Amino acid sequence: MMAAADHLLVAPVLLPLATAALMLLLGEGRRGLKAGVNVVSTAVGLAIAVSLLLGVAGREAPAAFGIYLPGNWPVPFGIVLVADRLSALMAVLTGCVGLASLLYALARWQHAGVHFHVLFQLQLMGLYGAFLTADLFNLFVFFEVLLAASYGLLLHGGGGERVRAGLHYIAINLVASLLFLVGVAVLYGVTGTLNMADIAQKLPAVPASDRGLLHAGAAILAIAFLAKAGLWPLNFWLPPAYAAASAPAAAVFAILTKVGVYAVLRLWTLCFPADAGASAGFGGEVLVWGGIVTLACGAVGMLASQQLARLAGHAVIASSGTLVAAIGFGAPALSGGALFYLASSTLAGCALFLLVELIERAREVEVGPQQLDDGNPALPAFLDAEPPTGINLDDNEEALIGRAIPAALAFLGVAFTVCALVTAGLPPLSGFVAKLAMLSALLRQGTPAAWVLFGLLILSGLCGAIALMRVGMRHFWTVQQRPALRLRVIETLPIAGLLAASVALVLQAEAGLAYTRAAADSLHTPRLYIDAVMGARPVVPGAEGVR
Amino acid sequence: MEVVISIVIGVMASAGVWLVLRPRTFQVLIGLALLSYAVNLFIFSVGSLAVDREPIVKPGVVADLVNYSDPLPQSLVLTAIVIGFATTALFLVVLLALRGLSGGDHVDGQEEPP
Repeated sequence: MMAAADHLLVAPVLLPLATAALMLLLGEGRRGLKAGVNVVSTAVGLAIAVSLLLGVAGREAPAAFGIYLPGNWPVPFGIVLVADRLSALMAVLTGCVGLASLLYALARWQHAGVHFHVLFQLQLMGLYGAFLTADLFNLFVFFEVLLAASYGLLLHGGGGERVRAGLHYIAINLVASLLFLVGVAVLYGVTGTLNMADIAQKLPAVPASDRGLLHAGAAILAIAFLAKAGLWPLNFWLPPAYAAASAPAAAVFAILTKVGVYAVLRLWTLCFPADAGASAGFGGEVLVWGGIVTLACGAVGMLASQQLARLAGHAVIASSGTLVAAIGFGAPALSGGALFYLASSTLAGCALFLLVELIERAREVEVGPQQLDDGNPALPAFLDAEPPTGINLDDNEEALIGRAIPAALAFLGVAFTVCALVTAGLPPLSGFVAKLAMLSALLRQGTPAAWVLFGLLILSGLCGAIALMRVGMRHFWTVQQRPALRLRVIETLPIAGLLAASVALVLQAEAGLAYTRAAADSLHTPRLYIDAVMGARPVVPGAEGVR
Repeated sequence: MEVVISIVIGVMASAGVWLVLRPRTFQVLIGLALLSYAVNLFIFSVGSLAVDREPIVKPGVVADLVNYSDPLPQSLVLTAIVIGFATTALFLVVLLALRGLSGGDHVDGQEEPP
């Protein structure tokens, strides 16, 4: 017997699928209608995700897992959808990022090519599905759905630069998907099941002769996820691809790397907890040091970036590195802080990618169309940032105060500052709260790797602050004669919303951290997840009548 | 049979890896196709290799892996083939688009400086 509310768990997957199919039937014209349908569907998806989150928040173990059996098959055989705290958090983030990118795209980008709305909905479907599924092969299928949609979205708008970056992106993701398949096949060969909870349950009983095969399979699977998460040295594709994508596509991609992080977090904590016997904590060192190197790479890349879009790409890499390194310690307190950081950095990354285009547009107004490949797109160094001639700096003549700042530019400046504060993790915004939570947890670790990560978290914040400040000075302070910049309200709305969400995360930091810590605690107690999934029973037909 | 299958998978995978690392887009495409064949065969071989063992249960024969081959890897292969075929076709389209836009078949859109 199932109440209607129980079916809500499958709605985030079905709703975008149905919407995409409907919009395909609508044909190529009718952009207004499609845009309306898309916005309504995305907003409803977000509302469902929020209701899932409220459904699992604050509950104790058995009630904290929403379980849904799509085919009504008994558990280890059929596909299972599970919404626990982590999945619900990721689903809400997907909804937020999706809605913001879509609203932004309504201003301009939806007209840049065909089938934008369809691809967008399929992208959301893949993301929701990947976060909700509890079946390894189903995870592969949803990965492919979201990747196939992301290929289309990356190419949206066309042009040589996008096609070139798209070719690299597709080739790398195809190879990663093949590794994914090999990993799944090996794990199936060793354990004889594809249900994640069942795999975790059977791992301790794997004979010693098969343990090498099991570890090889898990490592291959992890390589596939980490390539998507952008872990060094598998991340050189990321900055060019994200920089070439249109702004709304890049903003959605801000959560795509987090899918890889999510998959690692979910499977690693489930399969190799501290009490897993011979496999306890397998690969944790690799995650920690890989994450640390990635974070360093991202920080150096941010400093070295000469284009704002690439800088945003390196910021995504740095946040991936932070997350993977923090997860690798396998400490609940640290993972809790990392999950808060995940929420904060995803929202800020999305806002940053949307801002990049508006800021570049401000630059286009003054220096002509920006070329991705012209010889000198360089940001100026600090030293040659002299004021242009003709600017009055003399004390005795007309003072400079009182220059009117156009509202559009003021909005961009404030939004960029807030975004930079969150990205660099400076007080008083959510990035700082997240970093503080991670730093205080790291102090209690006390291993050399923990100290390296401790120092690097602070140092990378400094690097990010310097890099973003440099961009801010270049774009908002040094240019004096600037024609009025035009922004449309629909473009500023999503950015303002995302940044407001970041501010809300600070105001509700206590509740947010409590939620992410509870999520981390439940992740590091995989027995709860296994019992909840394995204990689910199919619905018996006719049970309602008997009752 | 295991030896033959392993050699086949190994040869296809190594040829695929070599081709994927080549600078021409068409070579990369063929490399990806070879790699996906190798992976599909690999998944198939996970479900125990045997001749003349059906995955469909017959009345009167005990339903275990001694009498039947495992149907699950076969269905996984089917899904993997469909998805791999679709994404490879998409790659082919992007390959042609890049060729049209850049006039060459180098993966970077331009020849490397000598």
